[in-house]
Amino acid sequence: MSAPLLSVKELHTHFSVRVSKGLFGERRPLRAVDGVSFDLAAGETLGVVGESGCGKSTLGRSILRLIEPTGGEVLWQGSDLMHVDRHTMRNHRRDIQIIFQDPLASLDPRMTIGEIIAEPLKTFERSLNKTQLRDRVRAMMDKVGLLPQMINRYPHEFSGGQCQRIGIARAMIVEPRLIVCDEPVSALDVSIQAQIINLLMDLQRDYGLALIFISHDLSVVRHIGHRIMVLYLGQAMEVAERDALFDRPLHPYTQALISAVPLPDPDKERAKQRIMLSGDLPSPLDPPSGCVFRTRCPKATDLCAQSRPSLDDRGGNQSVACHYV
Amino acid sequence: MTAVLDIDDLNIRFSTPEGTVNAVNGLSLSVSAGESVGIVGESGSGKSQVFLSTMGLLAKNGRAKGSTRFHGEELLGLKADRLNAIRGVRMAMIFQDPMTSLNPYLRISRQMTEVLMEHKGLSRAEARSRSIRMLERVGIPEAAKRVDMYPHEFSGGMRQRVMIAMALLCEPDLIIADEPTTALDVTIQAQILDLLSELRGDTNSAVVLITHDLGVVAGLCDRVVVMYAGRVVETGLVRDIFYSPRHPYTVGLLESIPRLEGDGEGGAEHPRLKAIDGQPPNLQSEIAGCAFAPRCPRVEERCQQERPDLIGLDNGHACACHKVGPT
Ligand SMILES: Nc1ncnc2c1ncn2[C@@H]1O[C@H](COP(=O)(O)OP(=O)(O)OP(=O)(O)O)[C@@H](O)[C@H]1O
Ligand code: SF4
Ligand code: SF4
Ligand SMILES: [Mg+2]
Repeated sequence: MSAPLLSVKELHTHFSVRVSKGLFGERRPLRAVDGVSFDLAAGETLGVVGESGCGKSTLGRSILRLIEPTGGEVLWQGSDLMHVDRHTMRNHRRDIQIIFQDPLASLDPRMTIGEIIAEPLKTFERSLNKTQLRDRVRAMMDKVGLLPQMINRYPHEFSGGQCQRIGIARAMIVEPRLIVCDEPVSALDVSIQAQIINLLMDLQRDYGLALIFISHDLSVVRHIGHRIMVLYLGQAMEVAERDALFDRPLHPYTQALISAVPLPDPDKERAKQRIMLSGDLPSPLDPPSGCVFRTRCPKATDLCAQSRPSLDDRGGNQSVACHYV
Repeated sequence: MTAVLDIDDLNIRFSTPEGTVNAVNGLSLSVSAGESVGIVGESGSGKSQVFLSTMGLLAKNGRAKGSTRFHGEELLGLKADRLNAIRGVRMAMIFQDPMTSLNPYLRISRQMTEVLMEHKGLSRAEARSRSIRMLERVGIPEAAKRVDMYPHEFSGGMRQRVMIAMALLCEPDLIIADEPTTALDVTIQAQILDLLSELRGDTNSAVVLITHDLGVVAGLCDRVVVMYAGRVVETGLVRDIFYSPRHPYTVGLLESIPRLEGDGEGGAEHPRLKAIDGQPPNLQSEIAGCAFAPRCPRVEERCQQERPDLIGLDNGHACACHKVGPT
């Protein structure tokens, strides 16, 4: 296999959170991302799934250093992004773009969409003159399914799906190699969601883009992902090829997560056996010892409280962190 | 079957500085005793407003016209004291955000017992023990202790359970649940859905379930109402809607969902989703013909001018489309 485009090794992003009030209030570490590793090839999509507080968004932002990781390595085409100087980092930022969940909130309301989409070009391709800029923006608008004549309109005049297209156009205009997509379709209606998923997949095919697709929606991730990583309290529980993960999930959490999704098919949904997890997600400020999943795991034993299982390859490129797989 | 709720030719208009919003247009539907009806449709299609108006909870700039009867009694324009005797007692609403119906400053015990004392004439002690039993019923551990906690002391999933307990307290004939699990994580959502279907088994309440999640509808509902631009475009038994949808919007909606079971095409190649092109119409202007026409793959000339009526097909299946008639 060729060298990965992106290689993340033992990434940690810990926050220090004040848990009691006052100047000398007690602080505790919150391990939002707690030793996550993966490789990503050009043209590949890694789907990242998990429930709230599992560290999905922090992981995405840490890769771009929008949040500073506290440990580990992020190798971009072999160079460690954690230790590069600002200038080099800025150039890498051109290659790695990000789009967010709330399309409207991530767009400056006082700028026209033409200005919004052109903005990254002004940073990265300063030599372009006004006409060239406008041509590039119009071409990109066309590519993402926005009418180029809307170039002078403002974000509030657009629907959620269109705002997401604007965000994608802004990310794509500098021809990145990787886009981190943080819940890009979660705020959209199903019919519009499908348009945006298709658009991202088309762009991937046409430009050989790599994607990190973060979502709580397992069906969407199954559709778009090549490989899938399941996170729980900042740690990877299972990483596998898409079909292996969905058809033969090995980790007890992955199994429960998949079985919890309501299927839009009355007969299947009513016949289905659900693996019910009892209780709530533990607080990330006070994660369980040993295996972080043990407080809700139907298979937990004493060993699970004592030692943290490592993420090991179980054959066929399927890695699982569980003592009993 | 007797109708618990009967909505007839409902229109809801909002006046805004930019003009009138025609949120709900000539909508009719009814809900029978004990039945569970799913309401689905695009964001902004009017799902919530229909039932907020039932509860007398429309925003100040909103006006409802037409008729909404609860056990035959007209609710629109009903006097406040009469409405209060029905609302929260004989019909209750569950929201996406539990804090919409919980008072953050009062203990749960106080919020629950007051309703029972006022509307069911129970003594404080009776009301308290009934409240505890109800909390146990919805799966709150150590209910006798937790009944005296404040809403913020519960986790998200537990708070949702508390709100469901409050809604069920007076054994209402009608429960309206507006996206009750949308804000929850899927493993917690599974717990709440389980609870809701269990409760459905042993109460006789009719349930209206408003949701954008077709999986939730598939699991819980007897009947489905599909809305588009403030109108019912299709309605029918849950299996008819999922397995033999007739309206082009319903067909498109079902085809556009990515499937967890896989796309059945196998291989490493990802098939494209069948998206519905375009976007929902602006409700600020009157729509002359079929509101779905700009996005409809089957559109023809008369769709632009003539509005299709909701026509009965069979088995309570009905559809509003010029291209679909009884077979
Ligand atoms: N107070 C208001 N003033 C003006 N317009 C309003 C007001 N409340 C609702 N609307 C409009 O009424 C229409 C129907 O809204 P409604 O909340 O019923 O949609 P919905 O189907 O429940 O959508 P969602 O799936 O997003 O919850 C929308 O176009 C909405 O913008
Ligand atoms: S290590 Fe133990 S607690 Fe963790 S998933 Fe495996 S069986 Fe469950
Ligand atoms: S009436 Fe015409 S436009 Fe409307 S759904 Fe039917 S075919 Fe499509
Ligand atoms: Mg709503």
